[in-house]
Amino acid sequence: MLDFIIKRLIQVVVVVLLALTVVFFLIRLSGDPTALFLPPDASREQIEEYREMLGFDRPIYIQYGEFMVNAVQGDFGQSLRSKEDALPLVLSRLPATFQLAISALILSLLIAIPLGVLSAYKRNSVFDRISVALTVLGQAVPSFWLGLILIYFFAAQLNILPSGGAGSIVHLILPMITLAAYSVARFTRFTRSTMLDVLRKDYIRTAKASGVPTIRLVGRYALKNSLIPIITLVALDLGTLLGGAVITEVVFAWPGVGRLLMQSLMNRDFPIVLAGVFIVALIYAVINFIADILYAYVNPQIRVK
Amino acid sequence: MTVDFPKVPHTTKIRNVRKNRQSAITTFFLNLMRSWTGIIGFIIILILLLISIFGQWIVPFDPLLADFSKKLLPPMTGGHLLGTDQLGRDIFSRIIMGAKISVIIGLSTVLIAGTFGTIVGIISGYFRGWVDVVLMRIVDVQLSFPFILLVLVINAIIGSGLRNIIISLAIGGWVIFARVIRSEVLALREQEFITACVATGVSKFGILFKHILPNLFTPIIILSSLQIGTYIIAEASVSFLGFGVQPPEPAWGNMLNEGKDYIFSSWWLITFPGIAIMITALGVNLFGDWLRDTLDTELKGE
Repeated sequence: MLDFIIKRLIQVVVVVLLALTVVFFLIRLSGDPTALFLPPDASREQIEEYREMLGFDRPIYIQYGEFMVNAVQGDFGQSLRSKEDALPLVLSRLPATFQLAISALILSLLIAIPLGVLSAYKRNSVFDRISVALTVLGQAVPSFWLGLILIYFFAAQLNILPSGGAGSIVHLILPMITLAAYSVARFTRFTRSTMLDVLRKDYIRTAKASGVPTIRLVGRYALKNSLIPIITLVALDLGTLLGGAVITEVVFAWPGVGRLLMQSLMNRDFPIVLAGVFIVALIYAVINFIADILYAYVNPQIRVK
Repeated sequence: MTVDFPKVPHTTKIRNVRKNRQSAITTFFLNLMRSWTGIIGFIIILILLLISIFGQWIVPFDPLLADFSKKLLPPMTGGHLLGTDQLGRDIFSRIIMGAKISVIIGLSTVLIAGTFGTIVGIISGYFRGWVDVVLMRIVDVQLSFPFILLVLVINAIIGSGLRNIIISLAIGGWVIFARVIRSEVLALREQEFITACVATGVSKFGILFKHILPNLFTPIIILSSLQIGTYIIAEASVSFLGFGVQPPEPAWGNMLNEGKDYIFSSWWLITFPGIAIMITALGVNLFGDWLRDTLDTELKGE
């Protein structure tokens, strides 16, 4: 098990470093970095002077080495616009993203698990059919559009919820629902199929035959045994939720890492882009790492491999 | 928006390569008739394809023609079925033309990502060794970054436009093909008919092209159909965020981006392009699920 953990930890480091490397070279290949530091009407001499001053005239592998050495120490340089330090700026937006992602996760589990269980237990009933249809539909709705529709109804028409921004719990409601929708559909579908598998098992039939009450049968025997695959899926989906959070943040002007990353991409403010990619890659890799460990812990076959 | 990682299981069923063409098509429709979700998906895809081919002849208005005297007309007024946008352009015509963009992006991406990913998957799975280790490490690394973010960052850096969004999606998408095709090839290698080929002295490349490749047809088709929906939604998301396909080109994503500023006054601007995306994604997903269930005997009855 320790071998496995160490191997996966090394992978986390490699993933983050490679992500930074790829984005670094993409940025360098996409245009002259000196131009970003200067107004568009700068003269050729000024550009050359700046190029030397900023070190962009040196070979790219030296620049790359220098960038990586600074980056692993947490120094991504300053924002080209606001001159703030890039990494602290990104980190300051992290709590808002976590708040959104975690509340959406909790909401989706609170809806999806009871829905999936009931759907499986009442298989082929009207309730089951409607729930299956909704999950199929839910996976086809793009989350940013759902966000717009919610804004239209609750902010523009009914005027009971804010259309964007942050500050109070009311601001969280619409982004949370938007981000949770896809997960609700996915988790419900998965809970249903896992429960169906378990409900077919012999020990459930035995329990049923010996007169165990339905609620106990479903809750205690069936759900408990379905929880392991469900938890694994949820852990694996956390990263996807993080990706979705970026778009949701933009729709609702939620002041998280995703919105900052988007604005920096728009402004070609590359120190912040690199710091943002670093943080997102790190979180995503760590989540995957935890999911893998969890999975290996539950399923010993993986550990041996 | 989130992206699904489709799990296509091993199809150990061996396709009969010399199957009568006529009967294959008949079987396809007979199978289709048994599933109403498959039929719905198939019909949606068919309509989408027809619209994207013949769209330019059926649009009632020029989708790019701005007319400020007719701006923000609600649906069903002045001959505009779905109303007009902030520049007075006909929304119905723009959605029709947007279908073509979505189809082009979905198909081109799946073609590029699928071809590249399949080649990598075959090399990895068939020749094994250090090449396999290196390639699969790359795949692992890329899979540990959120797909939509990867596409967004690449597209933002290399620049917007139709060609660049296809390149960005393909760079983000090939890994899934590589992973799935590799495991298919690994499973096929263990099959008895391959062992028989080796024993009778068929060359390595003969086995690869005559015996392995034809049997990869089914998983490639299933995976492609499931991925197209992902690509179309991802493109819409990226264009919605201001990258991807740029205005005045009528892509559904950037129509929603432009329309969101009028959300408090003109609901039709943000409603219809979204419905178009949803119906498209629904059709492709339903058809893909049906294909998987039909072609993949192992999953049947689930």
